[in-house]
Amino acid sequence: MITAERKPLAEIIDCIGENRRILLVGCNECVTVCAAGGRKEVATLASALQMNSMRHGKTLDIREMTLERQCDPEYVEQLAPFIDQADVIVSMACGCGVQEVVRRFRNKRIYPAVNTKFMGASEGPGVWAERCHGCGNCLLGLTGGICPIARCSKSLMNGPCGGSSKGKCEIGSDVDCVWQLIWDRLKELGIEDQYENVIMAKDWSTERGGGPRKIVREDLA
Amino acid sequence: MKTESTLEKVFNAGHIAVTGECGPPRGALPDKVREKAELLRGYVDSVNITDNQTAMVRMSSFAASLILKQMDMQPVLQMVCRDRNRLGMQSEIIGAYSHGINTMLCLSGDHCKFGDHPMAKGVYDLDSVQLIQTVRKMRDEGKFQGGADILNAPKMFIGAAANPFADPFELRVARLAKKVRAGVDFIQTQCIFNIDKFETWMKGVRERGLDKEVYIMAGVTPIKSVGAARYMKNRVPGMDVPDHIVERMAKTPKDKQAQEGIDICVESIQRILSIEGVAGIHIMAIEWESAVPEIVKRSGLYPRPQV
Repeated sequence: MITAERKPLAEIIDCIGENRRILLVGCNECVTVCAAGGRKEVATLASALQMNSMRHGKTLDIREMTLERQCDPEYVEQLAPFIDQADVIVSMACGCGVQEVVRRFRNKRIYPAVNTKFMGASEGPGVWAERCHGCGNCLLGLTGGICPIARCSKSLMNGPCGGSSKGKCEIGSDVDCVWQLIWDRLKELGIEDQYENVIMAKDWSTERGGGPRKIVREDLA
Repeated sequence: MKTESTLEKVFNAGHIAVTGECGPPRGALPDKVREKAELLRGYVDSVNITDNQTAMVRMSSFAASLILKQMDMQPVLQMVCRDRNRLGMQSEIIGAYSHGINTMLCLSGDHCKFGDHPMAKGVYDLDSVQLIQTVRKMRDEGKFQGGADILNAPKMFIGAAANPFADPFELRVARLAKKVRAGVDFIQTQCIFNIDKFETWMKGVRERGLDKEVYIMAGVTPIKSVGAARYMKNRVPGMDVPDHIVERMAKTPKDKQAQEGIDICVESIQRILSIEGVAGIHIMAIEWESAVPEIVKRSGLYPRPQV
């Protein structure tokens, strides 16, 4: 899933400025699962904004809405009846959701209330970690199902570098050396000789090298 | 002979090669490069010129290498994957070769986090193994990484690093094999303090015959003080400084520690040279180039051969 973290309250308050009518929009997908921008977080942020405003002797008119998927035009359409009654839109979805709202409602300012982080998985309660870089040409089949592009600090395809120590990365003891994990996995599978196959220079044109990416499926169009 | 590299000629003539190191200055100070290089003249066959080492901005390796060429000394152009993509790397290689620089070292590079620009974006378009492949393809096939022909292809003698002290240890011979497969000509190791472990690694290297396929230069560093020893032991990732070294430095009076560090280095070289498969010594006297002449002389590696 796509992970996110809420921005500091002060930054959101600063974005809103003197605007009083706010449409605060959450998303029921990834940001709900990572507890950054779902219905609950929308309610919490609305209260915080209101309390801050009241301390300054004003009240805000905040409409809370949480869409099923903010990156999908058919759900974004549900905002239509409320747009005119808002001075600004504040989105708690990932960057994809924010931009889908922009694409539909062009004459309204919108501010993100979360920082979109990465594609990852939950490692335990309250912990999410990066797993995939979306490079567009998956090499997990070559690396025992563990991704060095996303999980090596240097994205080394033929690692580990000389900084791997006791299973940890040179950048910090809280970061696993992914090449240690890959090596352990290859050994578990009894295919460690595969390690010596050189993974060739990557064609990054399927990643950002090729510019903004798009998938077009003629069969679905 | 694949190249005109002095280092290759030294190996090829069957000599134990000796290389030194020069870290370029953090400013436009060409005289500083000359001063450091002059201390090494005649005592090493080639001088590694580091490339923004420890992720700190410095005079470029190419520019400082050029200064050495102008002094009629032989640089080893270091190149890290952190700071350039494959276009930048290949153009730099052509540029360097156009100025007679024919020996280089392919490295991943320390992570940006360690340096003075931790906010920078590391490039890592290629990794060090892929960089070796790229330089070899340029030399042996006369082609760019992307496949197009090169007019007058650069003939680089290709080096890379190996760290027998990083984890997982059992993978470290295989990693060398991977670099050999990619086309590396010579290896310089991380600083060796734990000679027992280096011997174990070399045994694995010999068992696979890798010492016959690549020239292995053992890396050594003279330690200037007990503080430096402790720092390397505890703070530098992938360094293995055994307790007995730290203790030996600690019980030496402060004003004699630098000399003790040189003694340890010379003793290490003597023991390392008895290990089968070692083809050279790479002396990394970081900000202490003046220690190199004594180390080389006392190790029996002086005078350097004329090739």
